[in-house]
Amino acid sequence: MQLYAACTAAPAGFEGVSTTAKATSSEARISAERLTHLQRLEAESIHIFREVVAEAENPVMLYSVGKDSACMLHLARKAFHPSPPPFPMLHVDTTWKFKAMYEMRGRMARESGMELIVHQNPEAKEKGINPFDHGPLHTDMWKTQGLKQALDKYEFDVAFGGARRDEEKSRAKERIFSFRAANHVWDPKNQRPELWRLYNARKSRGESIRVFPISNWTELDIWQYIHLENIPIVPLYFSEMRPTVERDGLLLMVDDERFPLLPGEEPVMRPIRFRTLGCYPLSGAVISEAATLPEVIQEMLLTTTSERQGRAIDHDQAASMEKKKREGYF
Amino acid sequence: MTETLSDASRASAYKAHDLIAEDIDAYLLQHQHKSLLRFITCGSVDDGKSTLIGRLLYDSKMIFEDQLAALEADSKRVGTQGQEIDFALLVDGLAAEREQGITIDVAYRFFATDRRKFIVADTPGHEQYTRNMVTGASTADLAVILIDARKGVLTQTRRHSYLARLIGIRHMVLAINKMDLVNYDHAVFDRIVADYRAFAAGIGIDAFIPIPVSGLRGDNITTRSDATPWYTGPVLLDHLETVEIGDDPASTGPFRMPVQWVNRPNLDFRGFSGLIAGGSVSPGDTVRILPSGRTSTVARVVTFDGDLPVAVTGQSVTITLADEVDCSRGDVIAAAGAPPQVADQFETTIVWMADDEMLPGRPYWLKLGTQMVTAVVQPPKYQVNVNTMEHLAAKTLGLNAIGVANLSTDRPLVFEPYETSRDLGGFILIDKMTNATVAAGLVNFSLRRAQNVHWQAIDIDRDAHAAQKGQRPKLLWFTGLSGSGKSTIANLVEKRLFALGKHSFLLDGDNVRHGLNRDLGFTDADRVENIRRVGEVAKLMTDSGLIVLAAFISPFRAERDMVRSMLPEGEFIEVFVDTPLAEAEKRDVKGLYKKARAGQLKNFTGIDSPYEPPENPEVVIDTTEMSPDQAAEHIVARVLWGRSEIPDDEDPDWFKGRGI
Repeated sequence: MQLYAACTAAPAGFEGVSTTAKATSSEARISAERLTHLQRLEAESIHIFREVVAEAENPVMLYSVGKDSACMLHLARKAFHPSPPPFPMLHVDTTWKFKAMYEMRGRMARESGMELIVHQNPEAKEKGINPFDHGPLHTDMWKTQGLKQALDKYEFDVAFGGARRDEEKSRAKERIFSFRAANHVWDPKNQRPELWRLYNARKSRGESIRVFPISNWTELDIWQYIHLENIPIVPLYFSEMRPTVERDGLLLMVDDERFPLLPGEEPVMRPIRFRTLGCYPLSGAVISEAATLPEVIQEMLLTTTSERQGRAIDHDQAASMEKKKREGYF
Repeated sequence: MTETLSDASRASAYKAHDLIAEDIDAYLLQHQHKSLLRFITCGSVDDGKSTLIGRLLYDSKMIFEDQLAALEADSKRVGTQGQEIDFALLVDGLAAEREQGITIDVAYRFFATDRRKFIVADTPGHEQYTRNMVTGASTADLAVILIDARKGVLTQTRRHSYLARLIGIRHMVLAINKMDLVNYDHAVFDRIVADYRAFAAGIGIDAFIPIPVSGLRGDNITTRSDATPWYTGPVLLDHLETVEIGDDPASTGPFRMPVQWVNRPNLDFRGFSGLIAGGSVSPGDTVRILPSGRTSTVARVVTFDGDLPVAVTGQSVTITLADEVDCSRGDVIAAAGAPPQVADQFETTIVWMADDEMLPGRPYWLKLGTQMVTAVVQPPKYQVNVNTMEHLAAKTLGLNAIGVANLSTDRPLVFEPYETSRDLGGFILIDKMTNATVAAGLVNFSLRRAQNVHWQAIDIDRDAHAAQKGQRPKLLWFTGLSGSGKSTIANLVEKRLFALGKHSFLLDGDNVRHGLNRDLGFTDADRVENIRRVGEVAKLMTDSGLIVLAAFISPFRAERDMVRSMLPEGEFIEVFVDTPLAEAEKRDVKGLYKKARAGQLKNFTGIDSPYEPPENPEVVIDTTEMSPDQAAEHIVARVLWGRSEIPDDEDPDWFKGRGI
């Protein structure tokens, strides 16, 4: 499988180099100055996971199967080793993810020893909401409403999410512990001050907190960490010949028979990969030859457009993400 | 015109490092070993702070083509630079900020160079955003203080410098901006540096790096400017890349690790997880667990990647000990020979961050490291004028106020002075009702009386007192509006208890205010102190075995809960004398409502001061349904027999099995 090929393709000097281990006694007492930025980020994320578990009643980790989720899951396993992470993982499913994502989801649940909860909005299911016919309603019903339903149903009081501050302007101002009122609404003007490493996890019944352990990681950090730590990721991140059609300037992959082909439209095999993964009809692919992690990172660094361009959700208006978040989108 | 600008901009958009294309593995190896610098930029909107950050991102090629295109469009639509690119738009994130053209929160930005990775905390500069700046500074290693070259050292410069110093930032850069607007005049630069040096020495800043820059033009930001040939120091980015930040006093000091979580996957493994806040640790090290003071030896330093021979400040690890010692969340594992201090009274510096002002005497949650305790703040010794650094008299602290105040905690805290350790000397205060973070605090030192006043062990303890009186001590706390009937009912209850041979004492609000609390008024702060003192007196009385009746309006939940928390479980009985305001006002036994309505009485509960009804009182008396006598019977039944029903005189078996 391509995935393993990528992991073993790491050059000497990278292979198995851990960001915390490998300090030998001959290195004597290394100083804090010598911690690399990745070691500092890792320590911070682990600290955040442990604070939540110590103070929350019923935490859960939102797992979207993408690379950020993969990284977050790996950090969670590090935080509680030798115990498994003491919370379940929740996938808010839209039924429209790539097949390869569903495979990865099952595999990671098995490997981590964590309980996997899959929630699909029954209302969206009943109405047959889909990205082809329903546009923005698809995201709202399956993801925004689905997430609220799942959090309410299982009475989770804290949910870990894999959002990063470098993704987008309104994310840059969100706290690591992001407090939500009883109706899951985010009020950007009423955020709790977050000082030092002191997180306030106190809340009243019905209120909840979204916690972002990888807030301070950048896209490059995530990729580099995946590389260094041999973290399994969905093969769709690596280039391969895949059936595609071009629509509205986006290159879409025909992942299953539910993809409605327009008259005269014929899937074309192209060497593609994905920079971000979501619902397959909403994820734009890029033409690429990058088939290993270093090649993917190389291509990412040589690209001159920002990461999220492939994700249709942000195109509406400048403040669209902030608006979605106020309404309860993760 | 527009065309030319776009072309020029595109040439400056994101450009990948040459090494990426040539040898990605070598590039990754280089990136992997970069260190991290967290810094804050301090300045007001007019100083060009956002422009400077935007320029750093732009000049270090962190802006992608699509972002640049959006930026160009935005600049023309809402920018403040005419046809030119408004870099501030890159960093002003929230919609409200874009509309108002100001920065109102802390935003974090990321960029990297060949040598370092940077996290920038971008915070607003106006005085009403002092709390935001303190928040951003709390995680920063370095501060860039902006000065408008046309204006020189201003009040806000002093404020920003004071706050950065207060929060313990030891590396200061003075970015004298808008040099293009003063014709890059060397004399202007020198005069500002001299002014600043004179001021900075007075607040303990002995070293800073002054750099003449222009955010708009890019002078001395990433490349040396031809316009300032007289300047020989480093350009801004060079300095940020090379400044040494590893001399943090905690990392070179003795070992400290606050325990976050106890890791127990099975009976054979018991590890203590935490982030190392000071020094380093290796297997075999002798450690002391605080506050208990017990010692043990480190057996293993466990991580997912295998055991470590040594772990240093800033790393998250799990430690196992050679002995089965008590240790849980909130404890601190420390070098046995140099442990941190333990105390319950401190002098602290407090930055108030909430709209509601601080209430001295009110209990707040205090979180320091992984310890969560209840803390009571004394009235401030003084407030600091953040513009002049003058000390002002103050009774409380409002939003953005900074003051020095003593504070006591209900349990001993393991701590270090803030100047020694941010992790063990910085704390937050949390409102117990709203759960909001209301303040940030710095421990200056512990008060000597905390170390020297020890609890006296007494041979005749509270159980002995109670046994002698043949009763279980209780505190009956009557709360309700003025004129609700608290004193009347409490009086009747005591008469019944007395008749039953019980030992009791009635503390009445009005009576206490004639003696013990004669110095207190009716402001919120005084009401809080009033209840605290009564709570302490009532507690001493229950220690002596008495059934205490306290009749106080006690309008705030927080204080009633504080008194509840002073007593053993089950001894505090909250009696809510529930009389509607209209009814109490109609009765107006003391004529006080009339006065309050006429404006002759200020801070009168129910009129111009709030009453927070109990959420889960043990007893509720609805005085519109029950006579005072019925109420008293009801309460006595509850106290003596643990039942809420009234004894049924018709039932001869009622008293059987009730221990009477």
